[in-house]
Amino acid sequence: MSPVGAITRKEIRSYFVSPIAYVVAAVFLLLIGLLSYLAVLSVSNRSLQMLRLQGNMPELNVNEMVFRPVFENMAVVMLLVVPILTMRLLAEEKKLKTMELLLTSPVTIADIVLGKFFAAFTIFAGMLALTASGALALVPFAEFRWTPILTAYLGTLLLGGLFLSAGLFASSLTENQIISIMLSFGFLLIIWLFGWAGQLFSDTVLGAILTYLSPIDHFLNMIKGLIETKDLVYFLAGITFSLFLTYRVIESQRWRS
Amino acid sequence: MIDVKHLTKLYGTKTAIADVTFSVEKGEVLAFLGPNGAGKTTTMRILTGALPATSGTARVAGHDCFDQPMEVKRAIGYLPEVPPLYGEMTVNEYLTFVGRIKGVDPAQLPAALDRTLERLSLGDVRGRLIANLSRGYKQRVGLAQAIIHDPPVLVLDEPTSGLDPKQIIEIRELIKELAGSHTIILSTHILPEATAVARRVVIIHEGRIVAEDSQERLSARLRRSEKVSVMVKTPPTDVRERLQALPGVLSVHQDDPQTFLVEAELGHDLREDLGRFVVTSGWGLLELKPVSITLEDVFLRLTQEESDKGEGDRPIVEEVRS
Repeated sequence: MSPVGAITRKEIRSYFVSPIAYVVAAVFLLLIGLLSYLAVLSVSNRSLQMLRLQGNMPELNVNEMVFRPVFENMAVVMLLVVPILTMRLLAEEKKLKTMELLLTSPVTIADIVLGKFFAAFTIFAGMLALTASGALALVPFAEFRWTPILTAYLGTLLLGGLFLSAGLFASSLTENQIISIMLSFGFLLIIWLFGWAGQLFSDTVLGAILTYLSPIDHFLNMIKGLIETKDLVYFLAGITFSLFLTYRVIESQRWRS
Repeated sequence: MIDVKHLTKLYGTKTAIADVTFSVEKGEVLAFLGPNGAGKTTTMRILTGALPATSGTARVAGHDCFDQPMEVKRAIGYLPEVPPLYGEMTVNEYLTFVGRIKGVDPAQLPAALDRTLERLSLGDVRGRLIANLSRGYKQRVGLAQAIIHDPPVLVLDEPTSGLDPKQIIEIRELIKELAGSHTIILSTHILPEATAVARRVVIIHEGRIVAEDSQERLSARLRRSEKVSVMVKTPPTDVRERLQALPGVLSVHQDDPQTFLVEAELGHDLREDLGRFVVTSGWGLLELKPVSITLEDVFLRLTQEESDKGEGDRPIVEEVRS
């Protein structure tokens, strides 16, 4: 087994033993379930109203009116939930002095960073896959297109990957898990706010840069069913950059400690 | 097997170790002795590739610790001062994980695991969570972690710290057993431990090596006279003068009313003459024993010589002893 595989396996196991995976997944799925239910309820209320007022059943776009708000809200829930998956990944190794074992083993720092990232990503992808039960439950009652849902899932996966890589970076900076999670919240909310700031200066270069740096627009494009290279590049570059920073932090700590 | 030359490590402007040079032959056990903060852990971490040195070279099993860290890491089993254990894993799971990241061939891993568990008598606890094990067992799991990939070199940082006397003896026995097949460096600030497990001792003080030799030769080097302690039942009042009159005696020192410390020239064994003299004088010989210089004396004297050279201050320990 490759070193990355060994580290990934160990971390995934640890998620279920600790049992962070169960708690995070339960809370996440409960929130997404409630959001989906409320979205469906509001759409059906509105359609009943229209039926009463106009006397005929309007064409409702389920993709637009149910799935889009659910995915948008899911992004906000992820801002709060995803950092919990990454907060202990490196902070705990340092606190327990087990980092020493990894650093004196014939594995590279890249193996360590990637192994940890893949483990968190696997847990997140598993959680996300379970939310598909909501869409499947709607199949007998409504007509909708699967393509935008699949692109939205791809967007959510990439957004989650970006959040996880930023969280892993936060975890590399400290031994303390509370500090780690606060730093993650800080990073994520700041890049989120870039989007709002970008709107304020929308016709300036600064505005364009801020908007590009924020994940909001890239994510919204994918929810709409658009897959554009610039959005894919944004997410993949962001993930690579965060993982690279994590790598450098571990390497520099090796020199100092 | 281990070859360290002019190794220096600075943390900012603080010198952790300076110009450390020593070597260890294959199959040898070397004890690194020094007070806390002397630079033992720093040296060991550089050897294991966990920490880069500021200058100097270190080679393990023919590989340079900086240029070929992967080869060096494969050749070394390292037990840090705090054993790097994951409490939520069982002993089996933990050692399997370590075997994987140490690059043990997956096909050989079950056999390596069984061999390691048997060697450290961990078979009974292999299914237990590490968090629930006693301190002694945790230390053994730490040792198991260091030997699972059967490395030629073992680096053990304070392997007995925090253990009770029985556990200390067990760990020392384990280290002695491992000594046959591995080259071992261990650090300790406990002096008897160095003599118990290692033939050669390196004494390090404030980041510098102050002595490197076998324990016997270190004592011999520092011995300036032969000392014999004699305990008698009824010493006469002029006992010191009468002992002083014996041929070869340099000085006589009274430790307590019945015990006298007799010092003679180097190479002059007083025991026979002294014994006969005390018996024929009818003082009632209770005890007669040579006083050898212990490692404590060697250590204190060497570290004191170092600071004398530096500032001329006498360390407090010396005051207490005299």
